[in-house]
Amino acid sequence: MSVIAKRRSVIPGFGPAMGFTLFYLSLIVLIPLSATFLRAAETSWAQFLTTVTAPRVLASYRLTLGASLAAALINAVFGLLAAWVLTRYRFPGKRAVDALVDLPFALPTAVAGIALTSVYSANGWIGRFLEPRGIKVAFTPLGVVVALTFIGLPFVVRTVQPVLADLDVELEEAAACLGANRLQIVRRVILPPLVPALLTGFALAFARALGEYGSVIFIAGNMPMVSEITPLLIITKLEQYDYAGATAIASVMLAASFLLLLAINGLQWWSARRGGAA
Amino acid sequence: MTGPHRKAALSEPVLLRGLLTGAALLYLGVFLFVPLAAVFAQALEKGFGAYVAALREPDALAAIRLTLLTAAIAVPLNLVFGVVAAWAIAKFEFPGKSVLVTLIDLPFSVSPVISGLIYVLLFGLHGWLGPWLDRHDYKIIFAVPGIVLATVFVTFPFVARELIPLMEAQGTDEEEAACVLGAGGLQTFFRVTLPNVKWGLLYGVILCNARAMGEFGAVSVVSGHIRGSTNTVPLHVEILYNEYNFVAAFAVASLLAMLALVTLAAKSAVEFLRGEVR
Repeated sequence: MSVIAKRRSVIPGFGPAMGFTLFYLSLIVLIPLSATFLRAAETSWAQFLTTVTAPRVLASYRLTLGASLAAALINAVFGLLAAWVLTRYRFPGKRAVDALVDLPFALPTAVAGIALTSVYSANGWIGRFLEPRGIKVAFTPLGVVVALTFIGLPFVVRTVQPVLADLDVELEEAAACLGANRLQIVRRVILPPLVPALLTGFALAFARALGEYGSVIFIAGNMPMVSEITPLLIITKLEQYDYAGATAIASVMLAASFLLLLAINGLQWWSARRGGAA
Repeated sequence: MTGPHRKAALSEPVLLRGLLTGAALLYLGVFLFVPLAAVFAQALEKGFGAYVAALREPDALAAIRLTLLTAAIAVPLNLVFGVVAAWAIAKFEFPGKSVLVTLIDLPFSVSPVISGLIYVLLFGLHGWLGPWLDRHDYKIIFAVPGIVLATVFVTFPFVARELIPLMEAQGTDEEEAACVLGAGGLQTFFRVTLPNVKWGLLYGVILCNARAMGEFGAVSVVSGHIRGSTNTVPLHVEILYNEYNFVAAFAVASLLAMLALVTLAAKSAVEFLRGEVR
């Protein structure tokens, strides 16, 4: 059916539905978000630069970026492993385990934060085994990585799982018939089609981690220059009524998230094209 | 081609399977299962009596009421928006569609802290509309309307993003047939479209509700943390925790953890039913 025929669709309601969609979207999302950039533009460029490049702010970028990257890498490696085990193997309780993978989407971040802190503190269930070995997790940057790993855990599993399930077993059989061993099949036949999904999951986990607040603030210890994340800095500025400072840092974060969003859209487009061609 | 070689090339040895499964479960265990169990263990540390007492405390009850109220406003609003937006996007062709879909998803890529900040910049005392609101004695920030607004923002895309792909996949043939046979727009929607997408709709609502009840960062920025009046359940958890009242904090947190488990169970049930219908 041509585009023109669809435009003259017999289905009613396009005008009002589109009108309401644009109205509500502008009211709740677009106007408030653009107001932030306009507010940031109210301060002078020099003032803006001084705020967003202050040593304490730079330290928070380093921690936020570094910990998000580390967490997304952990999730990429172990998420791929979990997706593999959940699609290829059978073990008791698999359905429940599979359902629980989505826990970080459903569990409020504050609950995750206090639970992780209690488990990873010096006398916690896991912390008490790490502490004697000199590994301090709670109230250190390592704690930030643990919280961000929790928050980003489902992304890689859930992007890789469907691709892995759709992989044609016949390809593996063909490779086996041609004399490939298991390692060669995994490396040459199974892993390549997973790459776009794996990268998408990694990017989604990374993007989610960058903005995360609730689960981190309990376990981080929030020491300036050491374990203070950028979103917390925005809150601190707000609490000191430094609206210009909070807005400046927020607009840097927003710009970073929008760039990542573009990258993720590109990745998803690539992965859809790869999936379609295969 | 010999049998044993092919078998070996198509799967891992039993020992390796066990090791991989164990590693995946260890990863999910230290990041998901142990912290989840810790919530309940800590909540019940001083016995069931202390647990119940923490939940029946007036401030806790007020927080529960506010959270229920917030979700009762935010979820229906975003449900209506999601359905209307999906109708406009999935049943009609127009230029700029993918841009519109990206804009609807925007709140997911914004840090929760910034989601709260944008409303403070608009409606706060130092915000654009703040002085006007103050003169007319309207309170939005540090009051219930601000909490509802921030919650609507963070849960904005849930229903729409669940429905759009589903309704696009179902095409427009059935609706066109209904309209040609003389059904009105609303009749077509309720008799034809809705039955086709009811599971997807329910799925979106479940996830939207979980996030609405559990949102922490965005609500924390706009709430002002006034006990008994602008304190939601996640914020109440934070207050109790910061007062070192761990048993009460985890008791209230366990309510949210149970909500998360119910959400995951409902999600799995909907996925199962959706599979059955197909």
